[in-house]
Amino acid sequence: MSGPRRRLLAWLQRRPAARAWSLLGPGMLWLVLFFLVPLLIMAAYSLMPRGTYGGVQPGFTLQHYRRFFDPLYLAILQRTLVWSLVCTAVCLLLGYPVAYLVARAGRWRAALLFLVVLPFWTSFLVRTFAMIFLLRDSGLVNTVLLRLGLIDAPLTLLYTPFAVLLGLVYGFLPFMILPIYASLEKLDPTLLEAAETLGATPLAGFRRITLPLSLPGVVAGCFLVFIPAMGSFLTSDLLGGAKQLMIGNLIQNQFAAARNWPFGSAASFVVTALVLVAVTVYLRVRDRAVEGTG
Amino acid sequence: MSKTFGEVTAVNGVSLEIRRGEFFSILGPSGCGKTTTLRLLAGFEQPDPDGGEIRLLGRLVNDERPYQRGIAMVFQNYALFPHLNVERNVAFGLEQRRRPPAEIAERVGRALAMVRLDPATYRRRMPAQLSGGQRQRVALARALVLEPEILLLDEPLGAIDLQLRKEMQLELKALNEQLGTTFVYVTHDQEEALTMSDRIAVMEHARVAQLGTPAEIYESPRTAFVARFIGASNFVAGTATRRSGAHWEVSRSGGGVFRVPEHPAVRQGGEVRIAVRPEWMDLWRPGEVPPAENSLGGAVREVIYRGETIHVLVGLPDGEDLTVALRNEGQLSKPLPWRRGDAVAVGWLPEDCQVLEEG
Repeated sequence: MSGPRRRLLAWLQRRPAARAWSLLGPGMLWLVLFFLVPLLIMAAYSLMPRGTYGGVQPGFTLQHYRRFFDPLYLAILQRTLVWSLVCTAVCLLLGYPVAYLVARAGRWRAALLFLVVLPFWTSFLVRTFAMIFLLRDSGLVNTVLLRLGLIDAPLTLLYTPFAVLLGLVYGFLPFMILPIYASLEKLDPTLLEAAETLGATPLAGFRRITLPLSLPGVVAGCFLVFIPAMGSFLTSDLLGGAKQLMIGNLIQNQFAAARNWPFGSAASFVVTALVLVAVTVYLRVRDRAVEGTG
Repeated sequence: MSKTFGEVTAVNGVSLEIRRGEFFSILGPSGCGKTTTLRLLAGFEQPDPDGGEIRLLGRLVNDERPYQRGIAMVFQNYALFPHLNVERNVAFGLEQRRRPPAEIAERVGRALAMVRLDPATYRRRMPAQLSGGQRQRVALARALVLEPEILLLDEPLGAIDLQLRKEMQLELKALNEQLGTTFVYVTHDQEEALTMSDRIAVMEHARVAQLGTPAEIYESPRTAFVARFIGASNFVAGTATRRSGAHWEVSRSGGGVFRVPEHPAVRQGGEVRIAVRPEWMDLWRPGEVPPAENSLGGAVREVIYRGETIHVLVGLPDGEDLTVALRNEGQLSKPLPWRRGDAVAVGWLPEDCQVLEEG
């Protein structure tokens, strides 16, 4: 080992604080520059008057926040909330059994996990386009149903709330499965055997042991689905058409087409605040519930 | 009963009758099938299709799931529910049986007191906040609160330290007597099994090598495996040459002659293998062994101080060793007369020979 390198290591050895900073520093610098600073810029923009040709003018105003509470935008917000919640619920109902199966799959476990993450190998955009080919009037689903004689005319699948939900669930399902799998995989199987010797049927064992102990994974999965669902715009754009705007589409439009950066910033902060409130309330309720059973 | 996992026969023709209320231990080295035997009793494993019957209190239970069998079990790693406090852990079985809340509270309190955990102090603790010994007690209370006819214990004391383990051994034995519950106890610790059991089944290679009381197992082991696994033993082998009264005279392969009591396994001209406990042997100066005792001459190879006893290793002329355990009467005040290299004779009574049946 060369002299300067050894001296540097020795110096780091003596100073735990320096060692910690040398590990944390690069990541923190990145976050400050590319997360915190842009966030502050957006916060400032959301409180400044709009410039004539985009951008902002000096000054202070709350008009963008006030504008957001227009019924038109509130309807979009409500739709976004409902769809995100439904998407989370569907992901949970579909994902929990899969995670449960994978956690118990023995030697097939690695192969099944691989299948769960396989969709990540292609871009989300490509996968969403693929959904269009499935759902459109002359798409695979309608063709098969027509050929089988189950329907006389193509069903309208594309550009409906159903299509958007399908896309959201398809896109976010792995984020539900993986954390639930992680918490189920940690579960000691002798706990269930113990429950059985205490008179619990397998169903009672699931309800009283498996389910509560996998709750941290369920919560993590719900957040990992709900939060990006709230901010998604690609799915609703491609599968929902212009009629099924989500809040993400609104924000994207304001920044891109409308060039109304202050209003886009304000809308972003409203959504962020909403998610934060939802998460906080949920955690509070859950903590109280855990104390209650504990 | 028998149980096969793929190519492996974990339990091979094991047949046991465990008496009501007794403290029954299944003792053996790891991999001998003792845990599988217990899991067959619990219902976590089913015997092979033609692998025999399991009856609990006369009832055929081969097809019953564990929750239908009405047995309780204490697990090696305790298996306490980490998300429930002590009280809720112990109450679990009663809640499954839908007992009224007042009864549950009362019985949980009694069960905790029975395992000597103060309910007021420990009721609300989570398992993670307890020491190993306390977790063990909670696991025991959780099983006993159901007042089971049969309690299965899978090496429950393996993970706690020696002092506490000895205490718990005595407490378990006392609980067994006090409650009248049948205890089936799996362990690899021979001392533990001897201390607590009414009867012991020693298992080797998926079979029962010997079944008997602690005294029978220790003082009359049937095979070399049992003699070696339970306590220490000296092994001496030879050929039976002639019968004299109630004894057989055996000429030792490496030189010397000794007598063994009559035994079905001893035949004229046949190979005889015996085990003798070190503490049943004694040391004499050459030629001074009483005539009623067997005697083999050798030289002191090593004197090992062990506290309670002193082990003297005696090398026989053919290179084999015998271990003689002498009671330590205080080396500072009454030191042993033996030094390394001394010529000595090892003496023991023919009645203390344990004639082995095989291997």
